[in-house]
Amino acid sequence: MRHKKLRKFFFYMGVIIVLTYFLFPFYWAVVSSIRPVSELFSTHQSLIPFKIQFKNYVQVFTERPFARNILNSTIVAGSATLLCLVIGSLTGYAIARLKFAGKMLVMLFILSVSMFPQVSILGALFQILKSAKLINTYPGLIIPYIALTIPLTVWTLQNFFRDMPKELEEAAYMDGSGKLSTFLKIVLPLSAPGLVATGLLTFIFSWNEFLFALTFEQLPKMYTVPVAIAMFTGYYVVPWGQIMAASVIVTVPLVVLVLIFQNKIIAGMTAGSVKG
Amino acid sequence: MHTKRMDPLHRTDPIYALAFIIPTLLVIGFIAFWPLGQTFYNSLFKSSLMYPQNRIFVGFSNYGKLFQDSRFLNDLWNTIRFSLWSVGIETLMGILIALMLNREFKFRGLVRAAVLIPWAIPTVVSSQMWRWMYNDNYGIINTFLLSLHVIKNPVVWLGFPATAMPAIISVDIWKTTPFMILLILAGLQMIPKELYEAARIDGANAWQRFWSITFPMIRPTIGIALIFRTLDAMRVFDIVYVMTKGAANTETISVYNQWTLFTKGFISPFFGYGSAMSVTIFLIISIFAIFYVKTMKIRLD
Repeated sequence: MRHKKLRKFFFYMGVIIVLTYFLFPFYWAVVSSIRPVSELFSTHQSLIPFKIQFKNYVQVFTERPFARNILNSTIVAGSATLLCLVIGSLTGYAIARLKFAGKMLVMLFILSVSMFPQVSILGALFQILKSAKLINTYPGLIIPYIALTIPLTVWTLQNFFRDMPKELEEAAYMDGSGKLSTFLKIVLPLSAPGLVATGLLTFIFSWNEFLFALTFEQLPKMYTVPVAIAMFTGYYVVPWGQIMAASVIVTVPLVVLVLIFQNKIIAGMTAGSVKG
Repeated sequence: MHTKRMDPLHRTDPIYALAFIIPTLLVIGFIAFWPLGQTFYNSLFKSSLMYPQNRIFVGFSNYGKLFQDSRFLNDLWNTIRFSLWSVGIETLMGILIALMLNREFKFRGLVRAAVLIPWAIPTVVSSQMWRWMYNDNYGIINTFLLSLHVIKNPVVWLGFPATAMPAIISVDIWKTTPFMILLILAGLQMIPKELYEAARIDGANAWQRFWSITFPMIRPTIGIALIFRTLDAMRVFDIVYVMTKGAANTETISVYNQWTLFTKGFISPFFGYGSAMSVTIFLIISIFAIFYVKTMKIRLD
């Protein structure tokens, strides 16, 4: 009996250690963002802030184009996600259900892109986008993001389509429905959960991407959120309070997303890798 | 196929298939394969990014120079070092925490969500948060260790090779262990409970149950997670760029390559050299990728 209680105690201790490890940096970012400068730059910072101020949150928006950066990220990640789902679901369906020669080759071709080190196409892609006048534009980032996320999208969605019962599609074909209308009217509505799971991953990836954004968007007003946060500098000191405030601002929506769609995100992450 | 010729579902339909597939092929063709070919072409010249008209054809000599470039070789070693430590520790922690979360307990859903958050936020953000915690003057890590008398003076964590790389690795571990945990957890949940009951009846203890049931059952999942993560770690850029910009012997091949292409090679003739480095990095990663394709049994038909 005692033994069992002791084990339970150690187990919950372990849970608390794990939680602290993963969550403390966020707590510290919040605390640092609301501390007055005099307390922030001191060698004896208390774990709990005694004085609270929200100046950093105001300054992030008044002294920097951070609102614009958030808008940029939203436009880029949102468009990339929608377009990727449109293109990826068509291809995923073709691979899961249509019969054609060279399917294996097509799939390998698409999947091979997910192994590409981004840096190895960085220079040439910059030249190509520059000659197409797409540097410092939204499409200059949206199109590369579609290419980066499409392998995973196609892979996850084709797995999803494969698991759907064939009978409904067969019935539609028997009624004389064409491939495209069957896909649009029968398959897509049924695969909404799969689309949401994949869409979330695509969105998170595009929202977080740094290397391409750093290289292809060179004007501060075109920076996406990660580039803006990496580039935060001050005249005399690193503006840690503002960096932490900005970090908290972009973390909150992701936390909400994670809490709401936890199961969907995990399903998307593990699809293919556990089943495959 | 021949017997079911009349059944529309089983007919070959190359036209529809083509129409459904072509957008994807176009995007990856233009954004991945064309630049890759172009990078290879660029690597045969001595040129700068801004003045491509002044280029000189040099054949494969850029590649020869690369393997005499001690900075590249050093960075390659840094990248391997980073990947081995990071992926190794992540895997161990991933297995431990996944086993823990596989038990039924109160707040399990909450813990699982909390674990997912470091994975979901931008790497740049996590790097900045940790850079602040590692700050030599005002960082919480120094404050904490000083108050415990573990260290006598503040440590400049990101300023010295002995501590900078471990600090960077620690951030990567924090950021990507969640991926390992959730993948392994998904693997654990597919193990039939009956196996454990049978083993318990046979009198196997927890340790024996782990090695004879759990580990063999999750080994394929761990294998795939390992390869995914290794490929990712070999490409590391964001964490190093934000935390040290490659100072204190933390530079990795991606950081060096980006710098060669866009800073050194911007007006001086090193863009071609940088492109040769890009191709080489591509080949190094491909070796791992081929291993990956062979390990993962791709189910296509």
